[in-house]
Amino acid sequence: MSKLVAFAAIQGGYNIVQKAEGIYAQALEKYGPDQKLEFPNTAYYLPLIYSLLGLPVKTLADAKKPLEVCRKLLPPHVKSLNYLPYLGPLLDAGMAAILAEEIVEAIRYVESPDFYLVSEEVDLEKGKIWLGAAEDTVFRKRGVQFVDGSAPGFVAIVGAAPSPEAAKELALEYQRRSIYVFMCANQGGTTFSQQLVDAGVEIGWNTRLVPFGPDISAAVFALGFANRAAMAFGGVKPGDYKKMLLYNKDRIFAFINALGEVNAEWAANAAGCVNWGFPTLADTDIPEILPTGVCTYEHVVANVPIEEMVQRSVEVRGLKTTVVNIDIPVAYGPAFEGERIRKNDMFVEFGGGSKTPTVEWVTSANMNEVEDGKVELYGPDIDTVKEGGSMPLAIKVEVAGRKFQEDFEPILERQIHHLLNYAQGLMHTGQRDIGMLRISKEAKEKAFTLKHLGVILHAKLHQDFGAVFDKLQVKIYTDEKQAEKIREEARNVYVVRDARVENMTDEGTETYYSCTLCQSFAPNHVCVVSPERTGLCGAYNWMDCKASYEINPTGPNQPIEKGETLDPLLGVYKGANEFINKASRQAVNNVCFYSLVNDPMTTCGCCECIAAVLPTCNGLMTVNRDYTGETPSGMKFSTLAGTMGGGNQAPGFVGHSKYNIIQRKFLLGDGGLKRLVWMPKALKEELRSRLEQRGQEIGIPDLIDRIADETVGVTEEEIMPFLTEKKHPALEMEGIFG
Amino acid sequence: MSEANSKLAVPEDVTVDKATIKMLHLAQSKGIETIFDRAVKMKQCNIGTEGICCKVCSQGPCRLPLTKGIKDGSEPDTRIGLCGATPETIVARNLIRAMAAGCASHSDHGRSVAETFLAMARREAHDYTIKDEIKLREVAGFFDVPVTEEKDGVQVPRDKWAIAVEVGETALGQWGQQQGEMIYLKRAPQATQDRWAKQGVKPRGIDREVVEIMHRTHMGVDQDYKNLLKQGARCSLGNGWGGSMMATDLQDIMFGTPYPNTGRINLGVLDKNKINIIVHGHDPLVSEMIVCAVNLPEMQEYARSKGAHGYVVAGMCCTANEILVRHGMPIAGDYLQQELAVVTGAVEAMVVDVQCVMENLANVSSCYHTKFITTMPIAKCASGKNTIHVNFEEHAALEKAKEIIKIAADNFPNRGEVNIPTDTNRMVVGFSTEAIKYHLGGTFRGSFVPLNDNIINGRIRGVVGVVGCNNARMEHDEVHLALIKELIKNDVIVLTTGCSAMACGKAGLLTPESAAVYAGPGLAEVCETVGIPPVLHMGSCLDNSRILTAATEVVKAGGLGKELADLPAAGAAPGWMSEKAIGIGQYFVTSGVYVMLGVSLPINGSPIVKKHLEVDMEELYGGKWDYEPDPVLAAQKILAHIDLKRKALGIDKARERVLMDMADRQKIEAA
Repeated sequence: MSKLVAFAAIQGGYNIVQKAEGIYAQALEKYGPDQKLEFPNTAYYLPLIYSLLGLPVKTLADAKKPLEVCRKLLPPHVKSLNYLPYLGPLLDAGMAAILAEEIVEAIRYVESPDFYLVSEEVDLEKGKIWLGAAEDTVFRKRGVQFVDGSAPGFVAIVGAAPSPEAAKELALEYQRRSIYVFMCANQGGTTFSQQLVDAGVEIGWNTRLVPFGPDISAAVFALGFANRAAMAFGGVKPGDYKKMLLYNKDRIFAFINALGEVNAEWAANAAGCVNWGFPTLADTDIPEILPTGVCTYEHVVANVPIEEMVQRSVEVRGLKTTVVNIDIPVAYGPAFEGERIRKNDMFVEFGGGSKTPTVEWVTSANMNEVEDGKVELYGPDIDTVKEGGSMPLAIKVEVAGRKFQEDFEPILERQIHHLLNYAQGLMHTGQRDIGMLRISKEAKEKAFTLKHLGVILHAKLHQDFGAVFDKLQVKIYTDEKQAEKIREEARNVYVVRDARVENMTDEGTETYYSCTLCQSFAPNHVCVVSPERTGLCGAYNWMDCKASYEINPTGPNQPIEKGETLDPLLGVYKGANEFINKASRQAVNNVCFYSLVNDPMTTCGCCECIAAVLPTCNGLMTVNRDYTGETPSGMKFSTLAGTMGGGNQAPGFVGHSKYNIIQRKFLLGDGGLKRLVWMPKALKEELRSRLEQRGQEIGIPDLIDRIADETVGVTEEEIMPFLTEKKHPALEMEGIFG
Repeated sequence: MSEANSKLAVPEDVTVDKATIKMLHLAQSKGIETIFDRAVKMKQCNIGTEGICCKVCSQGPCRLPLTKGIKDGSEPDTRIGLCGATPETIVARNLIRAMAAGCASHSDHGRSVAETFLAMARREAHDYTIKDEIKLREVAGFFDVPVTEEKDGVQVPRDKWAIAVEVGETALGQWGQQQGEMIYLKRAPQATQDRWAKQGVKPRGIDREVVEIMHRTHMGVDQDYKNLLKQGARCSLGNGWGGSMMATDLQDIMFGTPYPNTGRINLGVLDKNKINIIVHGHDPLVSEMIVCAVNLPEMQEYARSKGAHGYVVAGMCCTANEILVRHGMPIAGDYLQQELAVVTGAVEAMVVDVQCVMENLANVSSCYHTKFITTMPIAKCASGKNTIHVNFEEHAALEKAKEIIKIAADNFPNRGEVNIPTDTNRMVVGFSTEAIKYHLGGTFRGSFVPLNDNIINGRIRGVVGVVGCNNARMEHDEVHLALIKELIKNDVIVLTTGCSAMACGKAGLLTPESAAVYAGPGLAEVCETVGIPPVLHMGSCLDNSRILTAATEVVKAGGLGKELADLPAAGAAPGWMSEKAIGIGQYFVTSGVYVMLGVSLPINGSPIVKKHLEVDMEELYGGKWDYEPDPVLAAQKILAHIDLKRKALGIDKARERVLMDMADRQKIEAA
């Protein structure tokens, strides 16, 4: 049977490469060799060709060589009798097909610039549902979920389901398991993506249902995503194809569902994917390849009924996923976190535009005051308002337990945002007293009530944090007066709480925490989180790590006795160094917590911001992930991240969180905040009040206004006159390289 | 059966090969005697087969046969020779002398390859070239020969000819090396190397270990059978991980590393309308040139001028395997078929190089127009009226090849009656270690991991190398086929070389289609997935070194233990006859492999030596010798051995499917 697959896939490989050669020749004639080739707003050139062959394709002329490689990879056709072995040739043909398709897709961006929407979301009104290559901002944001485990893997769905309803069911089942669904190709013109739209399912990166393209060649966007992750987070060097593909096999749990009739070109793509260790499962009767070896388990599995597709797929890929079962009338899981509820789909809104008071507050209580699992509603439920109406909302979560500490309150409280968002039909933003919640008409129709908010919080907080408390009850207030009263109480607590955290110092703390959460992706990377240096991903501060350790003592956050302070200014700690040396498997042996010039901390690639030296300005700049423009370092964020991800120490650069900028130890060893000469405007505004406060503390109240941004310039030369005019303190400081 | 016929072999009883049966009938009808007939007439010497005849000095030969009484313990074993040599000393001495001869043969072949290689590298042998530069650079790595050099501050690839000169010089140095240890030993798994070091059997140089055997087996030198056999082990490694392995590598660089290719086998490949040239022996230096030369337009024209439609260059014995695996040239037949090829009347020239060329071939050739052409100065022949010697010189290789072809072409008009049997079979051949690796994952994922994985999950039960000669004392081909069929039926994948490979080829076991017919369900499924036959043809008997490198790759791919001895694997030579086979068998045993023979070693005169080889050696080297003449029983013993190894590895039970979550992934070691 494998022989039939080989026969078809090799044929498909020839078809695809031949077509690509034709498209290339035409493009060359039409646009000339200097025509730029790229996927918009992405680093790593054409990422498959770059990662596997080490060839940076920037122009049409550059694409010639990889296309020649494709041609050379095509093996002889399989004879009917006394045939030669075909497994290796089959995989080569598949690889040739995939590399050729990447060139075809890149040319498509030149030929039809509007074919793909360069966005995170689809635009249904304009009929734009194809998103093509993920921009770097999207890729970084989403890639992190693969790193931290909130996305266990992805399925590439090729073709179309028997019906839109079947498509919806299948997609929902993957969403429940938090698995990303990457969609491409069509079956007689019908696409899985369109089927979902027709069934009323929201598609786009937000809901993890990503419509890449209507042709099989769009499969390269899924594979490209995987290889970019390996380069960005795994530190795999471009051209090291063996490591790249094994990294994918071992760490990126992806697989293919081929829906409907499988033609030769699909077969070639499936064969190509086997190189990555990504198996294919089909709902039709195609030849199977069951013996293991190149993939972890089976390579091609056929005749899988669509209702068993998800279960069989994760088994064949060897992936363990968990489905959260909470007693609420809507589906629940991280895949629904990004779901949007527009005005027209909304049944009721709390806070936000409606300006009704909202607050979320987690507080400790005595054991005898808490009845575990009790949810009380004070005030009317949502069925009392008209469609599109609004209500006040105060959520007070009372927690009790012998191991519960006051310090854990804000940590649990911060979970409320995503825990509520995970519910299908709920959209939540903000936190504390600036939260906003919407409930959709569909959820209301399914009989979702406010008590279900309590059910979610009780179930999920128990599941994730059960180790630190025993009992939890939820009180929900929709009565305006009562809600406002609760908000007042909470606000008083917030003030005390903030003061406590802000007054914690690295000097006054003996125990720091490691974070090796990312080692699933970046095997050599290790973060050390101290009170004044939060995790570079922005997701973990010292308190989070402490709680995480209490919850899971053998987990990725381990206490580190910081030991002797070897250099207080640079932030060098003996105990931390010893730990890092061991946890990085001897790759790194000295780290300065507060410096990027000397032995900076490593990054897995999921940092929120990257700071870099600007030698001419004698200063530092920092850029956050969401800013896609050029920076005075000469590199965009994506390029910067590309040069330093994967757990490497890169002197001159360091990854950090947004919050770290306004922490007192921020790059203190290099001069601290006074050195900061450039940052994107949006970031400046986001941090404005805190930056102003920090300016006061260091005796330069208007420091924020002396820091240049992209409106001033994006090269050192452009910003220099501004800095001189504003008398930026960095210009007066000693040389940044000491 | 008449009195006269009673002295002849019964074709149907001595072989299972149809072409051989037909040609034997024909030979007998023409009164031409072959080895099959002589095997009926001539009995083997009982004392010689027991290895108990000592003739190392002129006071003997001393013959100390094992009597029935000693065997059953009713009388004490007081046997000693004139000098007092015990049966142990005599048997061990005889055995390692044979080993030395076998190792010397393969390694001396290797030496001539190395010499030609160096001449090629120095551009003194212009007809040879570097065909596989990738392998050259890989081999250079083993020899610590730099493959890059600094130019303007950057490392650039070094010139291939400069690399080749250094590789050639270093390789050639291995024969005469007197101290230290041989370079290629480090290619073995570390645990195997450690075992060799512990046992003190790492060879210093190829020649030195052979010479030392000759010295130690001289009258009155080494008289401790364990010490003698240890030197045999040491000498064998110098061949397996030295002379043979280097010869294979250097041949691959010069002539191309084999990759799967199709070919045809058996006497039916001869063509009555063409000039048939058979190249026979083991060393491809001559045959490679003949293969090149026959395709030259001037040679083709020359054939036509003689009334022929071109040439058939068909191989015989391992020269055949060499040109088959690299060029897909047809094989006329194996060792036992050499006389019968001439009996077709269609062979214009029987061109021979070294090893396994029967002297009677010269006599049979004399009955026909066939020119019997010897080519090596070390291998001439005094028999036969059609015997000529064309001295092959590496510096004028192509010219010499043309000279030989012309002799054949000139001989074409002298043909008499032609009787070519129609039998041929198709096959897929050429599974070098590199080719297996490629075909298990392609350019990007090629590795031995899928093989290991399927061994671990039990689809493949084990790996057995079935190799070696054909032996006129046994039923031709059948001993190989019965053993191999039993193995593949039980999901054991078979690697084959030499005349054993030819037996498989003739029986159709080297076709991918045969997996569905002969292989067990697990093996058949794997064969179907990869598109391979259940029996993989890896080359000539010299290329048994490929089995060592493939086995090493299996160990390195992980999951099947640390040393070669841990593998669920074995070797078998069911029909061995030459001293080379003893040398090969010992290097497998010393490397940790269980080796099953279908013909006993000449050791039965000393039960103590026999026990040392079949029991004690496992303790020393991880591998041991065994003997079982019934091929099906032999297969079962091999399977039992494999199952023991599987159990030791903990892979005797079904493997559970592991589903990984994020925490599991975090535990994966950085690659």
